[in-house]
Amino acid sequence: MPEPILTLTGLDAFYGDFQALYGVDLEVSEGEVLAIIGANGAGKTTLLRSIAGLIGNEASQITYRGRSIGNARPDVVAQMGLAMVPEGRQLFPSLSVEENLMIGGRVNREGPWNLRKVYDLFPILEERKAQASTSLSGGQQQMVAIGRALMANPDLIMFDEISLGLAPVIIRDIYKALPGIVGGGMSAVIVEQDITKALAVSSRVYCLQEGRVSLEGRSDAVSREDIARAYFGVE
Amino acid sequence: MDFLNAVVQGTLLGGLYALFAAGLSLIFGVMRLVNIAHGDLIVLAAYLGLTTTVVLGVHPLVALIVVVPAMAGIGYVLQRGVLNHTLGDDILPPLLVTFGLSVIIQNALLEGYSADPQKMDAGVLETASVALGPLSLGLLPLLTFAIAVAVIAGLQWTFYRTPLGRAFRATSDNQDIAQLMGLNKRHVFGLAMALALAVTAVAGILLGIRTSFDPSVGGGRLIFGFEAVIIGGLGNLWGTLVGGVILGVAQTLGATINPGWQLLAGHIAFLVILAVRPNGLFPRISG
Repeated sequence: MPEPILTLTGLDAFYGDFQALYGVDLEVSEGEVLAIIGANGAGKTTLLRSIAGLIGNEASQITYRGRSIGNARPDVVAQMGLAMVPEGRQLFPSLSVEENLMIGGRVNREGPWNLRKVYDLFPILEERKAQASTSLSGGQQQMVAIGRALMANPDLIMFDEISLGLAPVIIRDIYKALPGIVGGGMSAVIVEQDITKALAVSSRVYCLQEGRVSLEGRSDAVSREDIARAYFGVE
Repeated sequence: MDFLNAVVQGTLLGGLYALFAAGLSLIFGVMRLVNIAHGDLIVLAAYLGLTTTVVLGVHPLVALIVVVPAMAGIGYVLQRGVLNHTLGDDILPPLLVTFGLSVIIQNALLEGYSADPQKMDAGVLETASVALGPLSLGLLPLLTFAIAVAVIAGLQWTFYRTPLGRAFRATSDNQDIAQLMGLNKRHVFGLAMALALAVTAVAGILLGIRTSFDPSVGGGRLIFGFEAVIIGGLGNLWGTLVGGVILGVAQTLGATINPGWQLLAGHIAFLVILAVRPNGLFPRISG
């Protein structure tokens, strides 16, 4: 088993007075694709926002490459090589397609990804590069959001609900591109509602239920019954 | 003839108002901060210019070399040290804090420079004029207008053609996601305030050459700046220039009818446009 690059130890996360995560333990290894599944409100997005630094936590509850980052600022976390493709894409509407990609690259980390490589991965974006990002279709916007995260040359990329609100054919295309993205040794955390998709692309899976880890296992070993129990909490 | 003259003089005056407004517009555009102290910062820049000309014995325009970086530095420190802590979902704290800042600056200037009106000596620049057909155009108003156009073109270029401008726009669009791109929003906001106060420095020096000033005149400059921003449309820099020009023309036209109507005519023009086009003439920010 390779060394974990990201470790969550008893992570508690709060929105104001509301506690969204309770003592979550989780590990991501080098080059691993991890899936996080769970019902709406289970805490999946909170988990990603905590890792990214958008929600402050106890410093020691999140360690990345041996450094405690639980209370680190999001821009510092980004510089360290963690990137996120946020739920709902959240492109910058005042920026063109190319500018959205370029701002992703401003952390200036060494690595294989640059504008050229992103355009090779998603050729449609090169045709549309001067357009306002909001003028693209949902699927194309998702490509920009993925490209924007890749431009940072992260060691760990987090995808939050990448298939949400997209047509099935688009989702298939994006998932087809995934192995090419995470193949180069990059680790990935995928938050996904579509359990079949999540299990197909990942090596391990965590299920969250009401802010707690209710299931953890190898993606090819967990049974549907286990998942149903972990997902809904029914016996 | 009087009419044409008033329109031309008003247009040139509008350049100064656009400089008052550009900093306000920039700060609001990037961080949704309404800076009540903006007028007093303009006056502060005028006093810094005065001190520089007296101490170093240089022309007021040369004093820009000192005052522009000084104001930019003040802006960065002010933003990082004070104003960043007021920003959040609630729009009231920044209003209250910049109002307090306005009071502090006015009183500090009163302590330091007294209430006596001051003026900067720009020598021949103040009286020189060029004849254009039947019109006689002051060199200073012409220069002010040219500087205003250059400053706004420069800001426009910075906003839409540079990495710094991309950072400004991205942070303005979505602060959380901008931070995920490795942008430190506190630093970005500091840079925005530094740039805004650098423009304010130019406005303050030109104000101090054109008219006499005392510590209490900041409020009026703030109003003119606001009106120019609103007339032109929030977040649109060239609109700000148009807004300044409309305000300047309304004021000079009012003054040709009756000298007492100068300010009133400007305010009426502003109210009419606000009533007819509540979002200004060229709004960029919708919704």
